[in-house]
Amino acid sequence: MARVQIAFQDNDESRYIVSAIEEDNPDSTIHYEPALIRIENEGSLQINKATVEAHMGREWDVQSIHVNLVTLTGNIDEDDDYFKLAWGGQ
Amino acid sequence: MQAKKLNVKDKYRLLTRDLDWEFSYEDRKEAFPYEEFEGIKITDWDKWEDPFRLTMDAYWKYQAEKEKKLYAIYDAFAQNNGHLNVSDARYVNALKVFLTAVSPAEFASSNGFAWAGRHYGGAGARVAAQMQSIDELRHYQTQIHAMSHYNKYFDGFEEFPHMHDRVWYMSVVKSFFDDCRSSGPFEYIVAVSFAFEYVLTNLLFVPFMSGAAYNGDMATVTFGFSAQSDEARHMTLGLEIIKFLLEQHEDNVPIVQEWIDKWLWRGYRILAVVAMMMDYMLPQKFMSWKEAWELYFEDAGGALFKDLERYGIKMPDFTETIKNEKDHISHQAWWVFYSHGHAAAFHTWTPTAEELDWLSEKYPDTFDQYYRPRLEAAAELEAKGERFYTAGLPQLCQTCQIPMFFTNVDEGKPTEIVYRESTYNDERFHFCSNECKHIFDREPEKYVHAWLPVHQIFQGNCGGGGLDEVMEYYRMGLGEMNLDYKGSPDEKRWKKWKGVA
Repeated sequence: MARVQIAFQDNDESRYIVSAIEEDNPDSTIHYEPALIRIENEGSLQINKATVEAHMGREWDVQSIHVNLVTLTGNIDEDDDYFKLAWGGQ
Repeated sequence: MQAKKLNVKDKYRLLTRDLDWEFSYEDRKEAFPYEEFEGIKITDWDKWEDPFRLTMDAYWKYQAEKEKKLYAIYDAFAQNNGHLNVSDARYVNALKVFLTAVSPAEFASSNGFAWAGRHYGGAGARVAAQMQSIDELRHYQTQIHAMSHYNKYFDGFEEFPHMHDRVWYMSVVKSFFDDCRSSGPFEYIVAVSFAFEYVLTNLLFVPFMSGAAYNGDMATVTFGFSAQSDEARHMTLGLEIIKFLLEQHEDNVPIVQEWIDKWLWRGYRILAVVAMMMDYMLPQKFMSWKEAWELYFEDAGGALFKDLERYGIKMPDFTETIKNEKDHISHQAWWVFYSHGHAAAFHTWTPTAEELDWLSEKYPDTFDQYYRPRLEAAAELEAKGERFYTAGLPQLCQTCQIPMFFTNVDEGKPTEIVYRESTYNDERFHFCSNECKHIFDREPEKYVHAWLPVHQIFQGNCGGGGLDEVMEYYRMGLGEMNLDYKGSPDEKRWKKWKGVA
């Protein structure tokens, strides 16, 4: 199984997104690099609107992910309440 | 009463696909004249899936938010004399390479997407290409705005549009975009969105920008990441276009494979300059080119190609060559610029003792054996007041236009330069590699008239035969933008600002 990857600018908003990712993808690896946070996971990685909102304490539109997104790999599946990256036919 | 909010999927359908129309009284083929001429077969545009499902209204909303953040930082950077906070003035030379070589490519890419987008029969692809065209223009503009602050204090920025059409190393990037923009709309998007953006631009915009942050350059890291947030969408478009073409018809598979092979190679060749920027031009070291290559190409690219296997797409045959070259190209490229430092619009230098040790540590198999002795010899000459500049002009590859400096690492001969040639219409053409020769042999007519800067100098088309005349033609001014960092006006000003003798 190949790894998927996503990176965000290291800022206050991203920190909540990253902690939500950590909660929903407990096996993921998080790398703190200068000015960016890079997250890797085997096979797939899912960001859930509800978890991000719980961490942020406010409403969060999944499409606003674009504001702090730096890069990603994998096929994308996006809807109102989640954003998912995966390789293969998952 | 407020209308019920649409979900993302419905909104996307209404605001992209529904903008399309049927051709009732005009011939659809005449409206999209380039859709078939590359041999690509599209059976059903409705199968196009835009994974981000970004509609124009959301696009403007988030782009505006990105711009506001970006320009607030530019203001703060300028108001606080941000240029004084970079690690060392040598670092600014990496930005000169960026503005002169990369930024005009963003503009060319904007132009290419406007054209290609017009020629896709499907509304989803058309909207995505239109957004990308606007993004690329935004990148060009924001990069110029970020650099305009540096332009007030350092040499080497002010003539980039003039130089782009003339200077030897800038022709490398120019030729890449001239080549893909003169292809059909599907080859163009495979070249730029897939080969360049999906597989390669991470190397430029992620580790290099992290390096910029590490070197105290707030303006550059900010435009870099702001641009890269668009790239994440472009990468998705790149992957989507590949999957779409492969799923549409099996006859598309060999065509797409040829394009992937060609454009990955052409893009990879350009990255030699990024390799050099990372290993030699960031005074605060963060990640070596080799490490970045392993992470973003071998790991991430490997996963991608594994995913594409199910369509019958394979990693290009030259994968082994690029793997072998990762220990060499940054050192070779730096030497080319160091030894031709009189003809470059930025300063070069020999690395400090600590920097040499860092390179030894990062390149244990090659640096001490092949590259360190040469740099130490150059430093010795410099100490005697005999800073080395080569008197000759380099031979250029007819395809990628890069000076012939790549060596035969495939056959374990890293000190032997690779020379390949082909004869076409009784004329001999020269190449830096088997791949560049192969690209030429496949479409020779496309490259026989390439404007090769060195040939043009010898033919007397660049102001004259002397160095002074060529420098004047380039608008570099001998001893201003070019030559060694030591003794440069940049260095004098930097020392004055920093209060060091």
